[in-house]
Amino acid sequence: MVQPKVLLLTGYGINCEEETAYAFQACGARTAIVHVNDLIAAPGQLGDYQIFVVPGGFSYGDDTGSGNALANKMRHTLWPELMAFVAADHLVLGICNGFQVLVNLGLLPGATDNTFGSRRVALIANRTARYECRWVNLLAAETDAVFLRGVSFLSLPVAHGEGRFYAPPETLTELKQRRQIALRYADAEKLPAHGSFPANPNGSLDDVAALCAAQGRIFGLMPHPERAFRLSHLPEWPQILARNPDSDWQQPGPGRIIFENAVNYFS
Amino acid sequence: MNRNNAGHRLEIFFRDSELDTRGLLLQDKLNALGLSGVINQVWLSEVYTFEGDFSSSRLQAAAALLLNPVVHDCLIDGVRPPGAATVVLEVGFLPGVTDNIAHSAAETLADAWGAPLAADQAIYSSTIYYLQAVNLTVADRRLIGRFLANGLIQRLNWKERAAYLADQGMDLIIPRVRLAAGKKVSLVDLEIPETELMALGKEGIIDHYDDLGKVVRRGPLALDLPSLGAIADYFSKVEKRQPTDLELEALAQTWSEHCKHTIFAAALDDLEEGLYKTYIKGATRKIRQMRGADDICVSVFVDNSGAISFDDEYLVTDKVETHNSPSALDPFGGSITGIVGVNRDTVGFGLGAKPIINRYGFCVADPTDCEPLYRSPGGVNQALRPRRILDGIVDGVRVGGNCSGIPTTQGFLTFHPGYKGKPLVFVGTVGLIPRKTAAGRLSHEKAARAGDYIVVLGGRVGLDGIHGATFSSEALTGGSPATAVQIGDPITQKKFSDAIVKEARQRNLYSSITDNGAGGISCSVAEMARECGGCRVELEKVPVKYPGMAPWEIWISESQERMTLAVAPEKWPELERLLVSRGVEATVIGEFTDSGRCQVSFQGETVMDMDLEFLHNGQPRKRLLTRMRPSQENSLTLPDPGTLALEDLFVGLFGRLNLASHAYISTQYDFEVQGGSVLKPQVGRGQVDGFTTVVQPLPQSAKAVALSQSLYPALSDLDTYAAAATAIDTAVRNLLAVGTPLSHIALLDNFCWCSSDDPERLWQLKECARACYETAVVYGTPFISGKDSMYNDFSGYDSQDRKVTISVPPTILISAIGVMPDIKRLRSFAFVKPGDLLYLLGSGGAELGGSEYLNLLKDEKLVAAGDWGRVPKFAPQALLPLYNSLQKFTAAGDFRSLYPLAQGGLALALGKGAMAEGFGFTLEMPTAERADIFLFNEYPGRFLVSVALAVGPAIEKAFADYGCIRLGQVQEDGEIVMHQGGEIVLQTSVTKLSTAYRSTFAGY
Repeated sequence: MVQPKVLLLTGYGINCEEETAYAFQACGARTAIVHVNDLIAAPGQLGDYQIFVVPGGFSYGDDTGSGNALANKMRHTLWPELMAFVAADHLVLGICNGFQVLVNLGLLPGATDNTFGSRRVALIANRTARYECRWVNLLAAETDAVFLRGVSFLSLPVAHGEGRFYAPPETLTELKQRRQIALRYADAEKLPAHGSFPANPNGSLDDVAALCAAQGRIFGLMPHPERAFRLSHLPEWPQILARNPDSDWQQPGPGRIIFENAVNYFS
Repeated sequence: MNRNNAGHRLEIFFRDSELDTRGLLLQDKLNALGLSGVINQVWLSEVYTFEGDFSSSRLQAAAALLLNPVVHDCLIDGVRPPGAATVVLEVGFLPGVTDNIAHSAAETLADAWGAPLAADQAIYSSTIYYLQAVNLTVADRRLIGRFLANGLIQRLNWKERAAYLADQGMDLIIPRVRLAAGKKVSLVDLEIPETELMALGKEGIIDHYDDLGKVVRRGPLALDLPSLGAIADYFSKVEKRQPTDLELEALAQTWSEHCKHTIFAAALDDLEEGLYKTYIKGATRKIRQMRGADDICVSVFVDNSGAISFDDEYLVTDKVETHNSPSALDPFGGSITGIVGVNRDTVGFGLGAKPIINRYGFCVADPTDCEPLYRSPGGVNQALRPRRILDGIVDGVRVGGNCSGIPTTQGFLTFHPGYKGKPLVFVGTVGLIPRKTAAGRLSHEKAARAGDYIVVLGGRVGLDGIHGATFSSEALTGGSPATAVQIGDPITQKKFSDAIVKEARQRNLYSSITDNGAGGISCSVAEMARECGGCRVELEKVPVKYPGMAPWEIWISESQERMTLAVAPEKWPELERLLVSRGVEATVIGEFTDSGRCQVSFQGETVMDMDLEFLHNGQPRKRLLTRMRPSQENSLTLPDPGTLALEDLFVGLFGRLNLASHAYISTQYDFEVQGGSVLKPQVGRGQVDGFTTVVQPLPQSAKAVALSQSLYPALSDLDTYAAAATAIDTAVRNLLAVGTPLSHIALLDNFCWCSSDDPERLWQLKECARACYETAVVYGTPFISGKDSMYNDFSGYDSQDRKVTISVPPTILISAIGVMPDIKRLRSFAFVKPGDLLYLLGSGGAELGGSEYLNLLKDEKLVAAGDWGRVPKFAPQALLPLYNSLQKFTAAGDFRSLYPLAQGGLALALGKGAMAEGFGFTLEMPTAERADIFLFNEYPGRFLVSVALAVGPAIEKAFADYGCIRLGQVQEDGEIVMHQGGEIVLQTSVTKLSTAYRSTFAGY
């Protein structure tokens, strides 16, 4: 098996790089956390990696629109290297603020399987106009996302102020046809949330929580799989222990499969 | 629009206003203000004002960088058609106020254009509100204006539709700071009459005389006559000259109550050593002696935070601060500055700890109270209403905590009428630090060395945050300085925090580090100078936000997001390279020396040159006397039990301000970031507020940090000893209940007092501190850090222009931190299995003094307002055997759930245990007890537990001697039935409780 190398971006308010790196390591990958300015100083190093991750966080404090300022910076400094990375058989993952960055960069959803750069959808302020930190249920859509192989349902936490997915109607239709919608918010009965709060925590159009592109190799999602990596991450962990005091906290949580799928793609 | 070559406006708005829900939500909030008129629609625009010369292609390019083409439209120097708007408002910042959005926008343009903006160019952000309103009165406008803008930091411009159209939009306003140049240092004469000297101490150095010849002073020094006398003496006898204004300002900062805790340090009655040394430090010293090799303390009372052991490789640090006075004036700015400030107490601990958890606690008055208060006579200078304060402080911690990537897990919200004049805003941060750095240095030790560079890094210095330390040492009045208000910039801080904690510390690039908090560099540099014995600063090297600041302003400004480092000259190039590459500004402003003096120059001129020893220790120690305050305790006449609608009282309890769900706050705070949360702010599918949170900071270790907090302001009104003792007991019990061993728990104290010149208030303080000592020593839980805030009083005027003084109830917050050896021990308070047995462990309790139940009865007019009842008193020694027994069961994993009884008593414990997973219960009350007292009393030292049927006998055997009542059983359905002597005395359901529990704050 090939052990993939993962580059996780940090700097300017990105703040989930360590736990995301840990999730990849625990699934067998090698990881490097690289400051965005160090990557800009030597962009060629991207070629040493197979997985590129923009972790969650608050780049530039969400000012001028979440993910916008960091996407601008990357577009001006890293675009050729990013295009070369995507053209190869590599994976790109954006979580929460990272997803917002990928959308603003035009890496998601992309114009075609290999044309990127225009902004076609938006992640705007939550319908509650408030930051929401809560656990949500998710249904996998009909999708080619590499990261969701074998996944039909997930329970993960979200934590964001701007996660409301919007796309013009014709774009939404196209995304469905091209199997680019990857996850949708669902209720406790595993039925689509149909926009109802809090099952759909931000008012996303068509309950969209995640997108993919490039035959499923580029993946962005608002929820945080790295925060649902092991059993002890679950909100019901203390109750699980109460019912069974011998429960093992290191057992997989629902988010782990996303990292395993990414690592196994290279096996 | 009024065109002006000096600048341009870029207005950005949603093409489809349906996508921008802010307008709709704001419309509801404005209409809820109690307007006479009606607002039918609100929509918004974001505005960037560009100062200086920008070509039209540059402006087009800027627009493309700042908006989102999928949803936004924009106008450059254009006028947005007002549609049906009847009035248009613009809110922007006043000159010099931190504008984070504009800062990020300027950085984005600089990134794209490859160069920063020119010196005569700048960007400012503002928001335009378009209101379609009917019948707005002058009073309505005032309400709306006060809701949308805080005049201390923001400007608000109104235009009627006609004026908006005639003027072609809102006016171009450029909020650049313009200061008169050439401010010099001056000498201050202290050989002046006593009344003049008092005015100098209270209101500050004379700055100038206004046009009417009236004296204008610089703002409070908060120095009393003995202190001023000592300063006068020192300068005339030792330095043989008058002090400079800068020296006097620096002494005022260093000697402030805020920095030196003069009251806690003063000799008090028979306590020669004072309260702090006798009772707080004294408790820790005694406990550390008793514990010997099992001492958990590593660094206490000497650094920016306190530290205890976590495991063989790591320490955990903790610190809790208050930010009360600034939060009263600008709640958002006060609380965000508070939380990012206490984060720096973590980064500034030892060689730099990583912030891993935030704490918060808000004490405010009833948010529905709309009765106005004014700081000045004649209905002038209105104080913010409780609801506005609450909303602002909630927002501030949200932005500060979330943007910094630190989980904000642990918090509380407490209401009391005494918090109407001044809220209490508690903010805390827990840190994690390896015991040794990669270079093998003990990371909790540090020392600047003579010859090290003095390096400041982070934000720049401005006029914001001048006199913060001295201001919080005074009561809040009409003259409180607006420059004390600041807005935090968490991203600037996040950049240097990561650079220090994740890179520079391990590379051993500095000898010492501390936070710039109160007093700015005047305190941080002088404090670090003690480590080596002197410093020399060239003040003109300090980076400033704008030109024209006087030397003393640069020296004492508390502009946020700055740290001070001591850096060996040979390490500086590497550190500078690192910081530049991380987008952090860092500057050498001088060097540490061993001259014994604090020396400061400005453009070659000496502006400060004095003994470090006098600067730090020259303040005459106060000697204070207390006088016993008569207790309000009295006997209580309760209504006849037969007349009570017990179900209504029981359900009503869950809707009370203090006990209802505060989940609207915890769900706005990211409690999951860093991926370590294992006991979250809310428990169970029912999402019931917890009282303890647990975080597992290292992904490969089963060890965890458990946090709790407790305060009893309602008890303080009666007995501050009981308030402190009960708070300690509750904070400790909260941690025991989730499986933390008593042997690995430490405490933090935050005293928020009032009228601290009053001997009776001082007596209450002494009683409170004595309780801290006596209780902590019995539990063996050392204090590791603390802070006091002594003047939480408001003096002003009511709506009839009558003078009013509102003081906070003497408040002691106890924060507890513990280390759990294994997260397998963790339990919540949720009932998890039908058929499980419910037990009440612990005994005692008939007194209702200070309880929520008594206040409920008063609100229902069932008890006279003057009936205070008796305080529940307890001896901690008597509780230890129960706690020791309990620990054996938590270690073995025998409990299914535990709830440590606190506010709301057994009733709240039962209801929350049931609501968490939707299970009901049946309960049999002891026949000898009066049902309401049994359910609602708040006697300390007790737990509600649930256990499997088979464990029942072991529980009954183990706890028989300490009080063990078998109450009943968990039930599958959500029905709640309580019997007494074979009769049903109370019947309700989880659904009814949940409705009451969630309704109080439903619209927040």
